[in-house]
Amino acid sequence: MSNIILQVENLQTSFFTRAGEFKAVGGVSFIVHEGETFGLVGESACGKTVTGLSLLRLLPEPAGKIIGGKIILNGRNIMELSKKEMRDVRGTEISMILQDPMTSLNPVYTIGNQIGESVRLHQGLRDDMVDDEVISALRLLRIPAPEQRLSDYPFQLSGGMRQRVVGSIAMSCRPRLLIADEPTTALDATIQAQYIALFKDIQKQTNVGIIFITHDFGVVANICHRVAVMYAGKIVETGPTSTIFKAPKHPYTTALINSVPRLDRKDDRLYSIEGQPPSLLNLPPGCRFAPRCPDVQEICQKEQPPEVEINEGHTVSCWKVK
Amino acid sequence: MLSIIPTIEDKAIPKPKFSGLSRGTRILRGLSLYIPATVMVLLVLVAIFANLAWLGLPDVGISPYEPNKGHMRDRLLPPAFMEDGKSDYLLGTDRLGRDVLSRVIYGARISLSVSLLVILITAFIGTLLGITAGYIGGRVDGLIMRVVDVALSFPGLILALLLATIIGPGYVTVVVALSVLGWAGYARMVRGESLRIRQSDFVAQARVNGASTLRIMFKHVFPNVLNSLIVIMTLMVGAMILAESMLSYLGIGISAPTPSWGSMVADGRNELDRAWWIAAFPGIAIGLVVMSGNFLGDWIRDKMDPRLRQL
Repeated sequence: MSNIILQVENLQTSFFTRAGEFKAVGGVSFIVHEGETFGLVGESACGKTVTGLSLLRLLPEPAGKIIGGKIILNGRNIMELSKKEMRDVRGTEISMILQDPMTSLNPVYTIGNQIGESVRLHQGLRDDMVDDEVISALRLLRIPAPEQRLSDYPFQLSGGMRQRVVGSIAMSCRPRLLIADEPTTALDATIQAQYIALFKDIQKQTNVGIIFITHDFGVVANICHRVAVMYAGKIVETGPTSTIFKAPKHPYTTALINSVPRLDRKDDRLYSIEGQPPSLLNLPPGCRFAPRCPDVQEICQKEQPPEVEINEGHTVSCWKVK
Repeated sequence: MLSIIPTIEDKAIPKPKFSGLSRGTRILRGLSLYIPATVMVLLVLVAIFANLAWLGLPDVGISPYEPNKGHMRDRLLPPAFMEDGKSDYLLGTDRLGRDVLSRVIYGARISLSVSLLVILITAFIGTLLGITAGYIGGRVDGLIMRVVDVALSFPGLILALLLATIIGPGYVTVVVALSVLGWAGYARMVRGESLRIRQSDFVAQARVNGASTLRIMFKHVFPNVLNSLIVIMTLMVGAMILAESMLSYLGIGISAPTPSWGSMVADGRNELDRAWWIAAFPGIAIGLVVMSGNFLGDWIRDKMDPRLRQL
């Protein structure tokens, strides 16, 4: 395998509210290699986005706090960096495409200005050189006639085009790691396919590591090399995409894959998982999936299952596997 | 898979030219800019060139008389276009035989400079505090907004009276009295807008790209507040001219005999049945400026909104 660019160890993030402590991310560990797309999959509110924001140390203040763990980016633990140092890391080493890229552009500036902003911020280039950088960033995202797009305002672009501009901003300083937080959710199927192909292409050109946050298994199958399945703030299973699809070991992964509608099977009703995820205020002592698990055993209710590596690169946290 | 990505065409695509509006609409749009702009420019010119002595030039100007010189034989003369009017006094004279036209011309200086000065001061302070409160939030927000609440609930007139007794009536008193409380309205409006903008994704994106708080406040929040700010500022031109005249009427502001439109209206009130022109012409001047300000404000707002810019 190629170089590791990100190593997350036992990351814990909580939100402190009047009602108590929401353990949004409860000890998550994973690694991302250079040139790899790592999928983070799970249902709504399982902590995917919070994990992404934690990696940038951009949690909504003052409620959100990283309470433990290590985030090692390019060999540096970014938890120890000062605010100023962290600002320099953002955009240059690690970048993020937000959940709704359609509104991520400032309506009062031209796109040339907006892409140029982070170039100017981090590289201190002269204005004519900034334009060159901006054009090359637009070219990277395959935006036609980039020279002319520079002076356009966001409202003049179509949705798909705006999405690519947001991508250009994220890639403008050629970060080593890109976090894409459900970038395809707001798109229709055709544009979605284009966008995913574009991601693959960019990765080939720049060797960037991508963390792809999504709840869509179809997208995962398409783009991710490895996948981690999250449930209630914990990763329950990690492995190569093909393994996860063909031989899921954790009951939650199985259930999640089963609940994706399929064309090659004729079902009367779509499979769904009974019950609700546990409240993050009040987590069960044992396995977090236990209350909804079809294969629940006595030990599941009492103790948290350890992480077991069953094959190379395929780890599962489930008592059944032990 | 890659084939579905559109290929880059480096050939320059010509920008489409379009003139989507009909001729009538364009002319109307033009008028709504040119008429108020002309009024404003004329007014500023009139204020500047009323008399050139203050620029170190010879004592000439467009004002036909000195504003405070009474012509005892020509008291309460109607405007020139009326039956008993004299062509020497285009807009008539007042109780002391002072030329109304000259006084309106000189009054433009006071009214314009007071309102512009107050608007600039209050908008600056209000925007600064409003963005800080809205973007930083928390305790800073609480503190600033409590001060705003106090400022908004404080009776401005009493404060002005207080100031007048402390530093005496005059130009500075008017400016200070209107500025001390006037910033609060801007601060409240700007804070509200900043709160909304703080939540927007482009601010989040800027943070992701490593922009500092100060940079976001002034590069991302401020330009998005600017539109509303400019509209309010232009609306304030009228409000400030009225406030100034009110203070002048009460003897807190510009004291007689220095002409200001407000005090002229107040003066003419007593003679309204005999000599309507004393109050009417400064009143018309006020109306014109307020309206021009509003039209110009609308026009500027449309220009600043990129969505309307190209229409």
